[in-house]
Amino acid sequence: MPYSVDVVRGRYRLRGEFHSIERNQPIRNEAGKLCGVTNPRRLVHTHSYGGEHEFFEGVAQGRLIGTRCDNADCEVGYQSVFMPFRIHCPDCLQKTTSVDLTEVANRSATIHSFMITERTGAFNTLEKPIKFINIEFEGVCTILMGYLLCGEPAIGNRVVPIFASASPTYTILDLAWVPDGTSASELPKGFSSSK
Amino acid sequence: MITFSEQQLKTPKYMRDVYLVTGGNSEFRRAFPEKRTEELCIEALQEACDYINTTPQELKKHIHSCYYGHFADHFGDQLLGEAVIHDRLGLDPLGNVGIKTGGATGGSTLWEASKAVASGYSDCVLAMGWERMDEVPTDEGNNYIASAADKDWETPLGHIYTGYYAVMAQRYWQIFGKEEDSFRRTMAEIAVKNRGYACHNPFAQAPLKITVDDVIASPVVAFPLRALDCCLMSVGAACAILADEETAYALTDTPQLIYVAAGSHTLRVADRRNMEIPLLPNETKDQYKDLGKEFPGGDRYPGFTGFLAARMSAYYGYRMAGVVDPTRDLDLVELHDAFTISDIQTYEDIGIRPYGLGRTYVESGDCYHTNPNTKAPGKLPANLSGGLIGCMHAVGATGIMQTIECMYHLHGRHGEIHGDERRWERFGKQKPADWEDLQVEGANRALAISHAGVGSHVTATIVVNPDHRLDK
Ligand SMILES: [Zn+2]
Repeated sequence: MPYSVDVVRGRYRLRGEFHSIERNQPIRNEAGKLCGVTNPRRLVHTHSYGGEHEFFEGVAQGRLIGTRCDNADCEVGYQSVFMPFRIHCPDCLQKTTSVDLTEVANRSATIHSFMITERTGAFNTLEKPIKFINIEFEGVCTILMGYLLCGEPAIGNRVVPIFASASPTYTILDLAWVPDGTSASELPKGFSSSK
Repeated sequence: MITFSEQQLKTPKYMRDVYLVTGGNSEFRRAFPEKRTEELCIEALQEACDYINTTPQELKKHIHSCYYGHFADHFGDQLLGEAVIHDRLGLDPLGNVGIKTGGATGGSTLWEASKAVASGYSDCVLAMGWERMDEVPTDEGNNYIASAADKDWETPLGHIYTGYYAVMAQRYWQIFGKEEDSFRRTMAEIAVKNRGYACHNPFAQAPLKITVDDVIASPVVAFPLRALDCCLMSVGAACAILADEETAYALTDTPQLIYVAAGSHTLRVADRRNMEIPLLPNETKDQYKDLGKEFPGGDRYPGFTGFLAARMSAYYGYRMAGVVDPTRDLDLVELHDAFTISDIQTYEDIGIRPYGLGRTYVESGDCYHTNPNTKAPGKLPANLSGGLIGCMHAVGATGIMQTIECMYHLHGRHGEIHGDERRWERFGKQKPADWEDLQVEGANRALAISHAGVGSHVTATIVVNPDHRLDK
């Protein structure tokens, strides 16, 4: 289905085909009774990143952008650093300040937990097994989920971010992780490190 | 939030008592290729009517508003499915509303329904939940379930919800389970127990006689979770009728008090910040000061190892119902055993055991109908229905099914419902020759936990024989 979407003067401009339908089929049991029908079709959704656009644009450019609450009146969250990127502080709901955490990640990213799975749902594009990892950073109050592309995960191991900046998808899949010390030649195709 | 105001910690209060009058379940299966959802809902409602010797026609005269739990519209490819069911039940033009909170949908439906009665808005309400997960192939189903995770930050990672859950299991397994074989066997024991109990439940989808070794030999889904550690994907319906005192006693001589409370936590586990443990009535301030010493890495709360939403549902629910110590004050529980390990985590979140010691609830034999170590009745039997692992997880129906199972015990009618040959026959099943009545003798108070995904929503439903209430 060839299509394109852009935003012009604050509105979506959709061009091409966004959906298609095929003829349905009957479903019968062994006695020939009509039990139901199939409902086949394909469709494309659009989706706004809103204030998170900075994070996804950043990853495509090889940077890990988080946020910080700089509201001195914030009773709980003042100076808290968030990764995942939060547009607003969860405590005071003031707009956060963007902070580049690439160096913090290169220096301190550590596996908090992990999981290796061979099972995926429909539409998965990652190679199996997928190695999920959850990553702690120095000075960050939350724990990011990601996937490890080289080596084996273990709690406490140091990792560094790598970015699919050569040909980004502009999704979370552009951000992956490898063990600290992985050389440039060992990086998966299309990914580069900022370390 | 990670700190609370006094107002936020107020014990929830109903303006008047709310009673569980009756309820019923449909049969549960992986697929019903020859039944529409409304047929299952009507089956559940008919069960509820039969239970108090009335008819849908008579019961409907009392119903004033309706609460429908149905989580995944996209599975059934029908928005406003609630309106379809409401019409097919012949309840238009009464007010109705759809409720969806993932795996906790059934519990949340009871939460909303109970508040309608408690506030005086309605004297009698219908809470009905269902789920239809059989109209897409399993991998598409997995993708749909994964879309209940954050679509930008999580779902693209494999489109597999079990993966997002399993990282929590991994952390618990390493920190509190210490990666011990004995802990692995305890996890497996839960799967054996619940599938075994399902053998005595005609409604159950997956009765199975297995051993701990069978569980440990089953295929890995996401280590340490194996296929037999995981709950079912199901189709079916369950319903409950709630009412004020006057209506309840007009409909039955033995209504039960019902209290429902709810908690929540961030959709992404990623966003969970470190905080102090909110304490349940049976815990003390200093109790957890050495948790990080006993279990290195276990001092981050709730981290990946605790479900704050479950803790908060118990925090509110126990105080509403006057429960201090769940093991002492309750006679049975139906827990949300989505995975064996999350079952263990929940024992701690709801105060059956302190944090770090969840496994001992199984190892002591307390969680059994009959304690295998002592042959005496279990102190607090869990999931005699078979739970989500053995009975079903038709998401919107689950929390209601659990509550109805508790109700049977409190009425002393567990055997009558589960042992009836005609029901087994109607479901096309053979009643097992070794069928056992799992009635908990003298049960007066029970708890059902309904839980969403990695812990975004959890409800605690407490059902109490009015002669044994603890809140007055
Ligand atoms: Zn703030």
